[in-house]
This record gives sequence, structure tokens and C-alpha cells, in this order.
Amino acid sequence: MSERVREKLNILADAAKYDVSCSSSGSNRKNNNKGLGDTGGGICHTYTEDGRCVSLLKILLTNFCIYDCAYCVTRKSNDIKRAAFTVQEVVDLTMNFYRRNYIEGLFLSSGIFKNADYTMERLVQVAKKLRTEHKFNGYIHLKSIPGASDELMHEAGLYADRLSINIEIPTESGLKLLAPEKNRKDMIAPMNYLKEEIIAKKEEKRLFKKAPMFAPAGQSTQMIIGAGKETDRDIMYTADKFYRGFQLKRVYYSGYVPISNDSRLPGLGSSVPMVRENRLYQTDWLMRFYGFNVRELLNDANPHLDLEIDPKLGWALRNLNCFPIDINKADLHLILRVPGIGMQSAHKIISARKFHKLSWEHLKKIGVALNRAKYFIICNSNEMERRDLTETKIRQFILAGSESKYLKNSIQQLSLF
Amino acid sequence: MVTLLYDKTWQGLLTAIFDIYDRKFSLASIDYTERFQPDVFAKHVEVITDDIKASRVMAGLQRKASAEAVKNIYAAFLSELPGIENTILAYARLILSSNQSIEHAYGHSAVLKVSQVARMVHREKHRMEAFIRFKLTSDNLFYAAIEPDFNVIPLILTHFRRRYADQRWLIYDLKRKYGIYYNLLTVEEITIDFNQNAGEATTNVFHEDEDLYQTLWKDYFKSVNIGARKNTRLHLRHVPKRYWKHLTEKLL
Repeated sequence: MSERVREKLNILADAAKYDVSCSSSGSNRKNNNKGLGDTGGGICHTYTEDGRCVSLLKILLTNFCIYDCAYCVTRKSNDIKRAAFTVQEVVDLTMNFYRRNYIEGLFLSSGIFKNADYTMERLVQVAKKLRTEHKFNGYIHLKSIPGASDELMHEAGLYADRLSINIEIPTESGLKLLAPEKNRKDMIAPMNYLKEEIIAKKEEKRLFKKAPMFAPAGQSTQMIIGAGKETDRDIMYTADKFYRGFQLKRVYYSGYVPISNDSRLPGLGSSVPMVRENRLYQTDWLMRFYGFNVRELLNDANPHLDLEIDPKLGWALRNLNCFPIDINKADLHLILRVPGIGMQSAHKIISARKFHKLSWEHLKKIGVALNRAKYFIICNSNEMERRDLTETKIRQFILAGSESKYLKNSIQQLSLF
Repeated sequence: MVTLLYDKTWQGLLTAIFDIYDRKFSLASIDYTERFQPDVFAKHVEVITDDIKASRVMAGLQRKASAEAVKNIYAAFLSELPGIENTILAYARLILSSNQSIEHAYGHSAVLKVSQVARMVHREKHRMEAFIRFKLTSDNLFYAAIEPDFNVIPLILTHFRRRYADQRWLIYDLKRKYGIYYNLLTVEEITIDFNQNAGEATTNVFHEDEDLYQTLWKDYFKSVNIGARKNTRLHLRHVPKRYWKHLTEKLL
């Protein structure tokens, strides 16, 4: 019995690992029933050797699938071992892993067997069993199956903390090419239903404290990067649309890991676009937290992000007329636009300058990356950048003085021009 | 220059600060008895821990500083770093002597230091909440051994009590030789003399299922790794080697 579970776990965890969503935060489920677990800020319990965090037991219920999407390992035509968990097996694994403090909860996805509702119903059963029979208050992330009925989605929302649907391919033309059996409409329908329902239930919760929680950690989605021909602009504009239109909590970007010799895709052995992925996440953060509009970072003139430098520095170099900024006077939103100053440093600067004017020394202690920031700011000091430097010069200075932790080993990813 | 010697407890440190004010020592430093190296030319005074004095200092700090700042001072204290007592003293003096809130005046070295050390301690606390691995013993106790850099047990207690409310558990700090035990109702502090039972058989200590779940967890850890993305530096930054010894998935 245990050997069989071991084998299933190996197959079904392996198949689920390309889903990069790992967040276990955003929900606030209290352990009020003297049961097991709670949710809060989220904890990464360990990290894989590729450096990604492991916070949830991330598995597929089954890797049998009726679809044949070119980019997916569990596609119908792929010759791999297939397996399926029973509902009870998933429940036991989750409870026992959680009790040992291995995980924050369960991330349950699935290949699609028979049809959407049949699959969704089983996912919901697992969540229901955990919540009602085992008083489990840990995190549950369920996959919404495209095409599942509203009733099932409603039930899923009652038991899960987060629901997600992966749109996978950023453009509709790309989807048509790589996954001809799927269509965007089926993916968007459950997303839209959940969005409306989450808003309504939040309102209800505001009026009646006892109203049940409904997917308190919201929805997320994922896009595969580098499988098709789309530009960074296509990707980020799509992300922006989803953040606004569906009030998603997160969009994840997953560098395509070559898994087949399909001619429509990058071949086996081609490297994973990790730097590109990193730049996209940086852009995502700039959009969500730093007050940038996606059109400032990516537009017709700049359809791709610069791989050598981060997107904020890239923007600053294109807009030198906005600088220098006086650290001791400027508003928070301007300070946030300075390359080398992050969220925390910016807030520290705002609080510290109430007491005395800040100098280079203070900024360094606060944690500002002066190697980048010094070209864009003035502070309480006689020393400052007096030369009238051009965009290219600053770029050269910064690149010469720093060594990218990402680029060192993967020169082949850079384009020459 | 006077050195005040305290007993390494939080109450003791607060009493020392009280005494410095009470006896009007303008130049004073604080150290604890075991570490202190007597100096022929300097005076030293033993501090007798006094809960009333301690609570008066606490009340003073709470009146003048935010709850956040007081929490940070306590966290800095738990770091047990050499000299942190004097940083805390300097910080407390700043708080008590100033009429406006100085807790964000990062230009003062004590303010910055306390906030930085508190962050280090909170990072360690968070790591412990992540890296503790319970093992189920044959008498249904979930046991975890830890060796954190800082004394974080007082900070993680609430988290574990809330989360694992329906199972008995024990977290033991091997470095500092004490632990906390939850008996399904309350959490109590305990010390164990491990040597006492060293001679006894160790085979049946763990529950029969324990091995299976450890194996499944290790398998899972291996399965989720994507070989094509191997990044050892990043891995080590997140899971520094000193923690591996108690991490089930990092043991062969």
C-alpha cells in the first residue's frame, strides 16, 4: 500500500511542479475550532535545489488528461506513466505533512479526465473533506477547471483559500497554435464568475461577521514565458489586463522548461529563460507596488525588457529629465522611482529625514544600493555627481561596477545587439 | 565608568536600566555575570533582579514608545549578541529622555542597530517557524529539536500553540537546553536531561508511520525540483547549511 502511494506521489508531484504558484498568504483563517492549522502571512517551509520555495503540497489528483496541449507534460499524446490519487489518499498526505510542519497546506491541480465537471467535483471533494471532517484550517489552493459549472465553482470557493486558472499562453493566437482544443472563453468564464462572487461575498462579510469566507486569498493565474513568440509587452499588457479586469492577486510567470521536440516549441536542451522571467517579475512589482504604469515600462518603442539592467533602471535611463531627485525633499512616489531604492529603504528615508538631513553615509546605512542610486539623487553632501553624464555612460559605469548574479553563468541568453 | 552585572534575563536587564537611573550613573555599561571579565580600574555592581523595578522601566518605555519599538527592544535582547545590552541601554535612554518619538530616527546608531538586530531575530524566528520538523513518537508526541542562532523560542510559542492546537508537541532548543511543551491545553517551559535515558533502547521511540512520511516527504522534495533550473547559490541562501541537520528533506 505504502509503496503504491510512494510511486503515485512521485509521478503526480513531478507533473505538478511546472505550476509555479507557491503563495500561501493572503488568507486569514483562524484555528477557532481547536482543529489543525491556520493561515496568515504564509511560510516557505523549504526550498528546492533550483531555489524555488516549497510551501504547499503541490500535486495533481491525476495526470490522465483528455487534452493535448503542446507545452504540457501531461498532454494526451505524451508517453509517460499515468496515475491517480484517491480522495482519501490526498487527505491523509495533507494531514500528515501538515502535522509535521512540512507544509502550509495543499495545492491541488488535476489533469482533465472525462470532463470539466467530473474533475472539478473531485477536487472540491478533497477540500470539503479536509475542512469538514478533519477540521483542517490550513491553506487550500484549488485549480479551477476551465468549463466547470458555476455551482461547483461556488462550492470550491467555500472551502478553498485561493482558486486559479492558468491562461498559460499570453496571446490568443499563441493558444490557438499550441492548444487548439482549448479556448480563452472557457478559461475566463469561471474566473469571471469567481470575481463577481468574491466581491459579493466580501460585501456580505462586511455586513454580517458570521458570513462564510469565500476564497479569501482570491484568484491567481500563470503564463508560460518563451514557449511562443510573444514579446514582453504582450505578456505584461495581458497581465495588466488580468490584474485590472479580474482583480487577480497574482500573475505568475513561468520560464518554459523544454519538455518535447514539438516543432512549434523551443527544442529540448534549449535553456530556460530565467533572466527574462526575473525581469518580468520585476516589472510586475513595479506595476503593483511602485506606482508605474505598464506603458511607461513597455511600449511600441520598447517591446522587450533589457536583460542586462533592471526595468526601473531602464526606465530611469530613458527619462533622465526626471532626475536628479532630492532625497531630503521629494515625495514618496518620486523616491520609489529611483533605481537602487526599494520599498523598505524608501519608507526609511521618509521617516529618517524628519529628524535630520540625510547624507550618503545615512543612505548607505539605510540600505540603498548607491552604485545605482548615486546618478539619480542629490542629498545633504557636497560630493555629488557633477558631470553631465549621458544615458550610455551611466549604463556603462553601473554595469562595470556590478556583477549580475543572474547573468554570470548564462551569457548565451544575451542577444548581441 | 561602572559595569552593572545582570543575570541574563529580560527582567534583569530592565532592572539594570532602572538602577542606572536610580543611582544616577552617567557612564555605565551592562554585562552579565558569566561573561564579565573584571577590570582593576573599573567599578562593577551586581544587579538584583526585581520585578517591580523592571515593570516600572517597562511602563516608562511603553508610555513613550510604540508597542512596535518595545517589541523590537525585546527581540534585540533575545539576540544575545555581545554588547547588545549597551545598545538597548542607549536606545532606552534616547526614548526616555526625548519628548517626541525617536524610534524612526535611524541617524542615531542605537536606533538603527536595534532595528537591524530585531530584524535579524525576526528572520530567525520566521526561519524556525518554517524549518521546524516534527517527528511523531510512539506515544503520539510531535517532537522537534532546534538549534537557532538566537533565542527565539519565546517568539515562536504563540504561532505553534495556535496552529497545532489538536496535537501534543514539544520543541526543544538543544543549544540553550530548554524547550516548550504543549499538552493540548497550555504551553509550559521544560528542561530535559537527555543523558539519563541514553542507555535505553532507541528503536521504538518513533511511531510506526513516522518512517513512511519522512520517506514520502523526501521523495516529494526530490520530485518538485526542476533539474534544468538548478541554482545552488539561491538554494543555499534560502536554506543555509547550518539548518540542514534538523531538516528531514536534507538528510540522506
